[in-house]
Amino acid sequence: MAREALLELRGVSMAFGGLNVVDRLDLHVDEGEIVSVIGPNGAGKTTLFNLITGVYEPIDGDIVFAGESIAGLEPHKITQKGIARTFQTLRLFLNMTVRENVMAAAYGHTKAGAFRSMLRTPGQRREEREIRALAEERLAFFGERLMGYRWDQPAYSLSYANRRRLEIARATATKPRLLLLDEPAAGMNPRETQEIAELIGKLRTDGGYTILVIEHDMHVVEGISDRVVALDHGVKIAEGTFDAVATDPRVVEAYLGTGGMARK
Amino acid sequence: MSDDRLDPYDSGSLSAPLPGAAEAAAAEGATSPAVGRDEWVARHGANLAGRGGIVGTIQARLASVPWWAWLAVLVAIVALIPVGFESGYVRRVAFDTLIYMLLALGLNVVVGWGGLLDLGYIAFYGIGAYAYAMLSSSHFDVHLPSLVSIPLIVALGAVVGLLIGLPSWRLSGDYLAIVTLFFFQLFITITTNGDDVFGIDLTGGSNGISGVAASVDPLSFFGWELPQLTDAGAFNVAYIYVALVVFVIVFVALRFVNLSRTGRAWRSLREDPLAAEMMGMPINWLKLMAFSFGAAVAALTGTIFASLNAGVFPNTFQFPLLITVYAMVILGGAGSMGGVVLGAIIVNVLLEVLREPGDARYVFYVVVLAGLVAVLRFSVRLVVVLGGTILLGFAVHVITSVVSDRAVAGSPAGGGFLTGAVDRWVVLPDSLGAWAPISYVALVAAVLLLTTISGWWRIAALVPTLYLGAFVWENVMLAKPEPTRYILLGAILVTLMVARPAGILGERRVEIV
Repeated sequence: MAREALLELRGVSMAFGGLNVVDRLDLHVDEGEIVSVIGPNGAGKTTLFNLITGVYEPIDGDIVFAGESIAGLEPHKITQKGIARTFQTLRLFLNMTVRENVMAAAYGHTKAGAFRSMLRTPGQRREEREIRALAEERLAFFGERLMGYRWDQPAYSLSYANRRRLEIARATATKPRLLLLDEPAAGMNPRETQEIAELIGKLRTDGGYTILVIEHDMHVVEGISDRVVALDHGVKIAEGTFDAVATDPRVVEAYLGTGGMARK
Repeated sequence: MSDDRLDPYDSGSLSAPLPGAAEAAAAEGATSPAVGRDEWVARHGANLAGRGGIVGTIQARLASVPWWAWLAVLVAIVALIPVGFESGYVRRVAFDTLIYMLLALGLNVVVGWGGLLDLGYIAFYGIGAYAYAMLSSSHFDVHLPSLVSIPLIVALGAVVGLLIGLPSWRLSGDYLAIVTLFFFQLFITITTNGDDVFGIDLTGGSNGISGVAASVDPLSFFGWELPQLTDAGAFNVAYIYVALVVFVIVFVALRFVNLSRTGRAWRSLREDPLAAEMMGMPINWLKLMAFSFGAAVAALTGTIFASLNAGVFPNTFQFPLLITVYAMVILGGAGSMGGVVLGAIIVNVLLEVLREPGDARYVFYVVVLAGLVAVLRFSVRLVVVLGGTILLGFAVHVITSVVSDRAVAGSPAGGGFLTGAVDRWVVLPDSLGAWAPISYVALVAAVLLLTTISGWWRIAALVPTLYLGAFVWENVMLAKPEPTRYILLGAILVTLMVARPAGILGERRVEIV
């Protein structure tokens, strides 16, 4: 398998008020890979996502995506280069319809300006049809769950699990190469969790996305990951196959602590 | 990827016993994964489609009327106003309402779609009006034809909107509101003191740019002038049609923008700026665009307003106007174009109707009645309250007239067919004296008391409170129509917003679920 690194973090650091949240982190995700990031709460997993997507600019190190440095770029530029994410705390456009949520995400790779829209030029109308078709195709990825009458319902009317699905559909509508999924199975029941795990596999095989995923559910991590990276206090403490990482003493220590005393 | 490895729960009872799952699995075929099966939707989806019964039918019918049909009806009604009404007053109200409708549409872009609290909006309206008065008048002896000056001013408004929108890159919510509010105050200060800017009379100061000396040009298209007044000195209805055409163009253009990627991006920005940015939308640019579009519409509206009035006065562009336009947008439903237009019509027409005590009386009793029906529904309690209030009124009137003739010697203000009934029902003393403030305060106290009690006690207390309300209305409030119309409008606004926080046509807003 001749794979090249699609995303590469080189010695990336981030600190908030003197607290090192991510510390000289090296990480790479190869094209077509599914990589899981695990670690206890506060390990810096979501900060890692925020660094990759440009919410924060790293204070040190470089982030390279598809051979190009993206550190310090505006978030929407990074998205347009091909990185899309979902949020741990769902951030849907709640008062817009399900279909509009997905259509909105096509902004980055479409062109019609406001004046062309006012005049409804043929090009604008064609593009609008394409956006709509794209949105419906992305929603169809989830079987019947987000189909039919749901298209025109506001996003707030969706159940929790369907909101998570809609977030993924919205992220894929930006036409990304790399998908960052932040705890896609959080708050789901076992059945839905299993479905999400299958879905992540399907996203790679059918959608062709490379996937970096933060997940707490070890069944999901075990089921989907090519490689697992364990973080604690912003430092990579283990990397490798699920079995290797899960049995790594430092990972066990990070999750459970050493002996009877909690770490200070 | 094998299913066995993925499914740590398969042997448990969690996934097995769901009814319908087996059939669905059979229909999909054994090899298909469990993705996308939703038994609950399959069973209940159809039931959720809409409400049943008469209400549901009417809702469905109304919802199926296309937007352009509503617009056509509105245009037809406005276009027929000059035909049906000879009165210059009615025509002028129609014109003003169109101006408000345009202002509400522009504000809706910034507030309703962009979600940006722009309290400087009226300044853009003022800039449009002032710019017209400067570019097409004898004030600077520049007489640009309307087809040149108006596009120029719209562009100017858009550019100023961009500049004023710049703080929105770093500010949101109350912070942005206070910055834009300051900009509005700056506009007011400059216009009122602009008669001596380094020796140049820029804005005419507190007198504005008006009168014979300024002689602001009327609108002219291809050399065809639309005089502000007809030969008989009356309001020129051509301005209604100009405003109507502009309204239709702005409405359609904004509607198309709203349903394009730009409009979706604006609304995404309103819902969640961070998520919008993360989904590839340049939110800073979108904020500026929203400001700019709103400002351009306001400036365009300002040109029409200034051309009809043949002048501009700083007093026009003050805070009450800002509040009024905001009330229209909020009442109609921010974000809904039909809503803000409806809000503009309701607020402006209501304010005009309330000027005349006879008309205001109808509004008052209809609103009270509608409020009672909304709260009590068609029930025994409604009958008890209405019957009780009517009987109480006649009883009180009879008793009072026996005690003192002077206590019922007054006559109702205004005209209309209700005056006779009111004269026999409400106690109208020839002069109220100290009873005016006492009854007023008693009414407020009674209303507050109502909110603290419940059940049949509330129903019982409602009857004298309603009668007291009618007493105060007829004796105190109708005697002073000017403050009364704002008080009543405020009461209607509060009631409507409590009943429908999203506005009349606004979509229900959900922040967090």
